[in-house]
Amino acid sequence: MALTADQVRWVAHLARLELTDGQIEVMARQLSAVIDYVDQLQQVDTEGVEPLAHPFLLHNVFRSDESAPSLPVDEALANAPDRRGDFYSVPAVLE
Amino acid sequence: MSFPDYKIVIGLEVHVQLLTKTKLFCGCSTKFGLPPNSATCPICIGMPGVLPVMNRHAFDLALKAALALQCRIASFTKWDRKNYYYPDLPKNYQISQYDLPFSEGGWLEIASAGSPKRINIIRVHLEEDAGKMLHDEQGGGRESLVDLNRAGTPLLEIVSQPELSSAEEAKAFLEELRLLLRELEVSDCEMQEGSLRCDANVNVHVSQGDGTVAATPIVEVKNLNSFRAVERAVKYEAQRQYDEFQRTGKKLGEVAKATAGWNEERGVTVVQRRKEEASDYRYFPEPDLVPVQVDDAWLQQVREQLGELPAAQRQRLQEQYSLSAYDAEVITRQGRSFVGYFEETARLAGDAKEASNWATNQVLQTLNERKIAIADFPISSAALAELIKSRQSTGLNMQRSREVYARMLETGSSAEQVINDLGFKVIGDESQLVEIVRRAIAANPKAVADYKKGKIKAADAIKGAVMRETKGMAKTEAVQRILLQELQKA
Amino acid sequence: MIPIERTAGELSALLARGEFSAEELASAFLERIRTHDAKVCAFLHVDEARVLEQARAVDAKRRQGKPLGALAGIPIALKDVLCTAGQPTTCGSKILTRFVPPYDAHVVSRLKEADAVLLGKTNLDEFAMGSSTENSAYHITRNPWDLERIPGGSSGGSVAAVAVSEAPLALGTDTGGSIRQPAGLCGVVGMKPTYGRVSRFGLVAFASSLDQIGPIAHDVSDAALLLEVIAGHDARDTTSVASPVPSYSRVIDQPMKPLTIGVAREHFGAGLDPEVEKHVRVALGVYERLGAKLREISLPNNPYAVATYYIVATAEASSNLARYDGVHYGHRAEKFADLIDMYCRSRGEGFGDEVKRRIMLGTYVLSSGYKDAYYLKALKVRRLIKEDFDKAFAGCDVIMGPGSPTAAFKIGEKVADPLAMYLADIYTISCNLAGLPGISIPCGFTGSGLPVGLQILAPPFEEEKLLRVARMHERETDWHTRRPKL
Repeated sequence: MALTADQVRWVAHLARLELTDGQIEVMARQLSAVIDYVDQLQQVDTEGVEPLAHPFLLHNVFRSDESAPSLPVDEALANAPDRRGDFYSVPAVLE
Repeated sequence: MSFPDYKIVIGLEVHVQLLTKTKLFCGCSTKFGLPPNSATCPICIGMPGVLPVMNRHAFDLALKAALALQCRIASFTKWDRKNYYYPDLPKNYQISQYDLPFSEGGWLEIASAGSPKRINIIRVHLEEDAGKMLHDEQGGGRESLVDLNRAGTPLLEIVSQPELSSAEEAKAFLEELRLLLRELEVSDCEMQEGSLRCDANVNVHVSQGDGTVAATPIVEVKNLNSFRAVERAVKYEAQRQYDEFQRTGKKLGEVAKATAGWNEERGVTVVQRRKEEASDYRYFPEPDLVPVQVDDAWLQQVREQLGELPAAQRQRLQEQYSLSAYDAEVITRQGRSFVGYFEETARLAGDAKEASNWATNQVLQTLNERKIAIADFPISSAALAELIKSRQSTGLNMQRSREVYARMLETGSSAEQVINDLGFKVIGDESQLVEIVRRAIAANPKAVADYKKGKIKAADAIKGAVMRETKGMAKTEAVQRILLQELQKA
Repeated sequence: MIPIERTAGELSALLARGEFSAEELASAFLERIRTHDAKVCAFLHVDEARVLEQARAVDAKRRQGKPLGALAGIPIALKDVLCTAGQPTTCGSKILTRFVPPYDAHVVSRLKEADAVLLGKTNLDEFAMGSSTENSAYHITRNPWDLERIPGGSSGGSVAAVAVSEAPLALGTDTGGSIRQPAGLCGVVGMKPTYGRVSRFGLVAFASSLDQIGPIAHDVSDAALLLEVIAGHDARDTTSVASPVPSYSRVIDQPMKPLTIGVAREHFGAGLDPEVEKHVRVALGVYERLGAKLREISLPNNPYAVATYYIVATAEASSNLARYDGVHYGHRAEKFADLIDMYCRSRGEGFGDEVKRRIMLGTYVLSSGYKDAYYLKALKVRRLIKEDFDKAFAGCDVIMGPGSPTAAFKIGEKVADPLAMYLADIYTISCNLAGLPGISIPCGFTGSGLPVGLQILAPPFEEEKLLRVARMHERETDWHTRRPKL
C-alpha cells in the first residue's frame, strides 16, 4: 500500500515537520515499505481480544494536594529560545 | 412583539477550574494572578523526561460535582492524550479523557419562565488546562507571549445536551451551575478570573412554509467573558443565523461547523473561516497514568460530603417554612450560610415568614451595600430573632422596627437595648389607649358622623390621629379594635 | 597501575582496602577516556573537573568515617537520555544541543545517594531510536572489538564505554532491545528490568509503555549491584511499582535448581547467523551440564512482534516528541514566516532522519481513519504476545535464545534500509511489549573475534531468578573476563 506524496505532506503537517520535496519522496518510499510490513498484523485473529496499553494493571495511583516548590522564573525560562521579560516569546499567533 | 420566526437551540460546553491548592499533575500553585511563569516546574513546563502524577483531591472534587449533577459515575475510567500544537500547551498534547470519561448522563434543573426545566448533561470529565497567551501589541503585532502559570490546572469539562431554548435559559443554567459548584466548594466559578469558561453551540430551527422545520448549521460561540455576554451573544447569533438562512438557505449538515468570537464592544459575533477538516487529535490512552477504579465505598464517602443541594433546598424551604417559591429562590441563591442564617432566625423567632421578610429585604440589602458575606454580618440570627420577637410582643410597627435594625447595625446593641435607648416604649396598657381613642373621637365629630352614616373609611382619620398621638408606639391591632369598640358606643 | 579492566565489585573492594583513592580511580578512567575515546567515541560529554570533585568528596567521606553508599567511588557512565541537573542532556539530538535540565533523573539521584561518581554522558541513537548508534546527531560510536563495526544501539555509547573499560559500569535504556542487543554485540552484560521496576522520572521518553533503564556491566554480579541501587518505587512515576527491591547482589550466587529452560522455536528460524546459533547452543549445553532441562516452547505471535512494536512505539514517540517545538526549550530555527513555520523548521532542522521517520509513522498510525487498523490492532496483538509468554512460563523458569540474529555488522551496512535495521530487533522486542525482564550475557566469539550474546528472559518481577540463572553461566565460563585490545 503505497503512500502518496500528498499523504506524506498531510502527515508531515500534523507532525509539524518540514520536509523538502526530495525528502517527501524518500519518506513516501520508506514509510510505504514499513507500512506494507506492518500490514501483516491484519492476518492475526484478534476477535474478542482487548487492547493492551499498559503491561501491568496498576490502578488508582495518586498524589495528595500538597504544594511543592516551583522553579524561580529565571530557572524556568533558562532554556527558552526567546524570552521577553518573564514570558516565553513566540511568533504571533494568527487567529 | 410578533411570534419568533425561529426556535433557538443551545448546547453549552463549560470548563470550570477546580479549587485545589495545586495543579492536576504537579505541586505548583493554582492561585490566580501570580507573576508570570512563577508557578511552574519541569512537569507543567513539559520538560524532557518528566511524568504526571494525578492529584487525588482534584478527582474527589470532580466526583462531587458529577454526583451533584446526578451523573452516572464510571467504575473504570482512564486518561487520554489529545494531540495538537499550540504554544500554551507545552507538551503539545493535553491530558484529558476521551472514550471512557469518569461520568456521563445527569442533569441540572433550571427555572424557565417560572417552571422547572431539566437540562440534561452529556458528560463531565477531568482534564488539564493550558497556559495563557498574550498577544503583544508592542512588538508590532509580530510576537505573542506565553505564561504557563495556568498550564496543568485541573479543569472539569461539563457538556450539556442542546436543550436550552433561549438566551435566558442559557444564563439560568450557568447561574445554577455556579451556585451548585460554589456551594460544593468545587470551583469558585468566576468568569472574570477565568475559573469558569463557556462556549455556546448555537443554531436555530426555522419553520418553513410547508410545515417542516429547517435547522441552520451550528456555530460555536467563544470568547464569552460573563453570563451577560452569553445571553447577549446567543440572542445575537440566533438572529444572525436566521438572517443568514433567509439569504443562503444553508442547512445543518450542508456546511461544516464554524466557530465565532463574541465581540463585547461591538455586540456582535464574528464567524471565523469554517474549517473544512475537523482537527485530528489522534487520541490514545495516556501511557504515563494508570486508570482509576471507583468503587461504591468511595462514592458513598463523596456522597456524604455533598450536603443539601440547591434544588432540594429550594423545595424544602417552601415546604418546611411555607415560603413562596420566589422567597425560597432568593434565599437559596445566597448560598448555604445564608440559608443557615435564615433557618436559625426562623427557629429562634418562631416565625418563618417574618424571618424570611427580614432576610430577603433588610439583611440582603445591607450585605449588598457593604459588600460583605453573611459570615461577616454584624447582627447574629439570635439578635435578629430577638428583634422579630420584640415586634410581635410589643406591636412595634415596621417603620420603627427598621429604625431599630439600623441602630442595631450601628451600635451592635441588642434589640431590647435599642428599643429602650430610642424610647420606643410601646403602649401596652390598654386603658391608656382607650383614653387616647376617646379623646380622638371627641376631637373628630365629623369623622364620627361620617362613619355612622356608613363611611367606614372615615375611621382612618381618627386612627391616624391616635397613631400620631402615640407616636406610632401603639399596637395597630389594638388601636383598631379599641377604636371600633368606642365608635360603637359613640 | 590501577586495574581499570576489573569489575566494579573488585574495584569497590580495592577502594575499601585503601589500595587507591576514589580520586585516583576516577583519574585513571578519565585518562583511559583521553587515550581511547577518540577511537571508540563512546562519550558525548565528560566534565573532568566535576568528576574529580565528586571523587574527592567520596574520599573525604571515607576519611571522616562517614557511612558510604553501595557504589562509593565507582565511576558510572550515563546514556545521554537521562537528565542530569546542571549538565547538558542532548539525547543524541541537535534539537537539544543546549538543553540543560534543572533536575536529576530519579536513577541519577539514587546513584548520587550511593556515592557513585558520575563520569559523563554517553552517545546513543538519537532519542534512543535505532539499533546501531549510527543515528546520533553528533558522531558514531565504534565497536571496541572491531572499530569498523557498530556497537549496536541505541545504548551503543554506554555499552562501548564499559567494553573498552572507559567505565566499569554504565546505565542504558531499553525500549526494544537497546541495552541487550548492544551488550551482546560488545561482549558485556546488559539487563532490562521488568517494566515498572525502575522509575522513568527523568528518562527522556521515547515510548512510555516500553522504556526501561537498566545496568550495563562486565559481569552479572556488577549488574545485580547496580540494579539494586536504581530499582524501587518513585512517587513521581505512576507506573513504577511499590513492591520492595530484593537484595539481588546477595542471592545471585545461589544457582537455580531445578531449572527448566524454554527454547522458542521462533528464536531459531531463518535469518539467524549459524555462528551465533552455534555459540548460543553451546551456552545452553553449559546449563544442561549443570542439571537444567531444555524444553521447546512456542511463542507463536513472535513473528508479529516487530510490526507490533513499530506501531505502538512510534505512536507513543510521535506524541512524546511533540514537545520539541522551539517554544519553551531546545532548538528554534532562525528564519521562519510564522508560528507554524517555526514549528516545522525547528523540528525539521533539529531532528535526524530516523527520528522523523518514526514520528511520521507514529502520527500516521494514530491518524483518523487508520487508528483502528493500526494502533488499536497492534495493541490487541500486543496482548496476544504477552499471553504467549504467560503460557510459556507456565512450563519453564526462563527462556533463552540469541539476542541478535547476527554479530556486529559493519558501520553503514544497514543505514539505507530502515526496515532491515528494524528486523535486527526480532529477538529482543517482544520482551518490551510484554514488560518482562531480560538480560544479555557474553557466550562466545565468532571466528572473526566478534562477541555473541545469550539472551535470557524471565517472568515479570523475577529479576532474582534471572540474575541467578545468568550467574550460573558466568561461573562456568570466562567470556565475561575477555577485554578488547585496542
